[in-house]
Amino acid sequence: MSAISAAGLAPSRVTQRGVLRSEWIKLRSLRSTWFSLAAAVLLVDALGTLFSALHAHRMTDNGGPNVQVMFDATEVSLRGVFLAQLAIGVLGVLVITGEYGTGMIRSSLAAVPHRRPVLIAKAAVFAVVTFVVALPMTLIGFELGQLAQRSTHVQADLGTPGALRAIVGAAVYLTLIGVLAVGIGFIVRNTAGALATLFGIVLVAPLLTNALPEPYATDVAKFLPLNIGSRIVATTEFDTRALGPWVGIAVLAGYAAVALAAGAFVLSRRDA
Amino acid sequence: MIETTALTKKYGERTAVDDLSFEVRPGRVTGFLGPNGSGKSTTMRLLLGLDRPTSGSARINGKRYVDLPAPLREVGALLEARAVHTGRSARNHLLAMAATNGIPRRRVDEMIGLVGLDGVAGKRVGGFSLGMGQRLGIASALLGDPQVLLLDEPVNGLDPEGIRWIRNLLKGLADEGRTVFVSSHLMSEMALTATEIIVVGRGRLITSGSVDEVVRQAAGASVLVRTAEADRLAALLRDEGHQVDRTAPDTLVVTGTDSAQIGLMAAGAAGAAIPLVELTPQHATLEEAFMEITRDAVEFHGTTETSGATR
Repeated sequence: MSAISAAGLAPSRVTQRGVLRSEWIKLRSLRSTWFSLAAAVLLVDALGTLFSALHAHRMTDNGGPNVQVMFDATEVSLRGVFLAQLAIGVLGVLVITGEYGTGMIRSSLAAVPHRRPVLIAKAAVFAVVTFVVALPMTLIGFELGQLAQRSTHVQADLGTPGALRAIVGAAVYLTLIGVLAVGIGFIVRNTAGALATLFGIVLVAPLLTNALPEPYATDVAKFLPLNIGSRIVATTEFDTRALGPWVGIAVLAGYAAVALAAGAFVLSRRDA
Repeated sequence: MIETTALTKKYGERTAVDDLSFEVRPGRVTGFLGPNGSGKSTTMRLLLGLDRPTSGSARINGKRYVDLPAPLREVGALLEARAVHTGRSARNHLLAMAATNGIPRRRVDEMIGLVGLDGVAGKRVGGFSLGMGQRLGIASALLGDPQVLLLDEPVNGLDPEGIRWIRNLLKGLADEGRTVFVSSHLMSEMALTATEIIVVGRGRLITSGSVDEVVRQAAGASVLVRTAEADRLAALLRDEGHQVDRTAPDTLVVTGTDSAQIGLMAAGAAGAAIPLVELTPQHATLEEAFMEITRDAVEFHGTTETSGATR
């Protein structure tokens, strides 16, 4: 039995740093993490290239500068982001609902009984990993898309006004959708319910606001995550009634923060 | 040292744990017995700060669990339903647990070796058998070299080899001076492992003490007597105030006295001279004692067992 006693174990305590390390181990040791991230990369880069190539093809056929005036080469190459948000959203939800589903949450909270460090670590690790993957992903998507559009001579480059903002903004948008998903996961706890809530807000809400009469439809719609995302990747089409690109992102960050705060409240109050 | 004081937990209208006070001392294995649904797992969750008590308190080494600066270093827990993500490997699970409490990586490998999971530590837990899952749970509980161990149904679903392994492990841990608190609904298992027991039913404390005490107290030692003159002996014993059950024409089961007294009485008291064919003290098992004590506290009775007796 002497093997059980550890003479060499130095005194230690629960620290936020230790919990961050733990959450990094947890995130990287699940296959679903890498599947979801790979799916996101594939969706953004492959779809961006495909859309770009199709547009280039149509445009070369039709010719004429008039057709090209309103064309947003940057936006077309980043469109895949709106499909990739499904993969990122699912991953964000699973980061926590996967623990409730399997019972792992009881181990996690028994190790960190103050609980809040777990939420902070999960959100932080997830946000950093997502952004680190998303930024090169949107940059490559943009470059591949422009390559596919070079026959049109209206393709963008990094110097095109708004292009860099769209690339960075798309990565930030995806990250914030993911963090919003983590917050909702902490509130709802159950995978199906959390996904329905997240995608209800992100994908279905715009359809519902369409049913409102003007000007309410526009007034409400500009605050919706999906429209905030559309705005950040657009470089040419300026709808003056929309929120500014970074203002929109700040609003989305606010939603994510509110979801996390509510998640923290639920986490500390409810039985595990 | 584990201590609960008037611990109470209500889920809506249902009271899962009801005014439960007990103490679990170090250096021995203490069994926590009760039928299914008697509040054992809830009590374990309350001790670990996973659920919040409605009233009363649960303390470990004099502190509430949430106030422990490094809980895994003081308390090791094996929770009943597996508390592990099925998609993660055993080693990664332990590494993630260890990181939270600042436990070094080396310790993870030692525990994997101790519980004998070396060959499968890199495999996903979802593919583990029940026995492997329990071994992982034990490794996780021992990670921080804790002085207090809480194990909820540790032998559930284990094969005889695994059961013996756990039994020896628990005894060894207690011999090292640790507090070992083990819940089970299997009385026979507790009789072999525990020296102290706490019995609960419907969330309430029914009895506690050493295994021997509890058995004696619950079963009230009885004596089986066989004689051709059962009528006369039964009358004599009843006159003395003992309880006599006649289980066959020539067989009596006597409670309230011991075999020496019955022998004396049959041989000579009041000139009886009743010849006895058999005189056997009946030893109740912990299992029987438990059935007796918790009869009124079982939530769901099987109809096949009781229909003959009650209808």
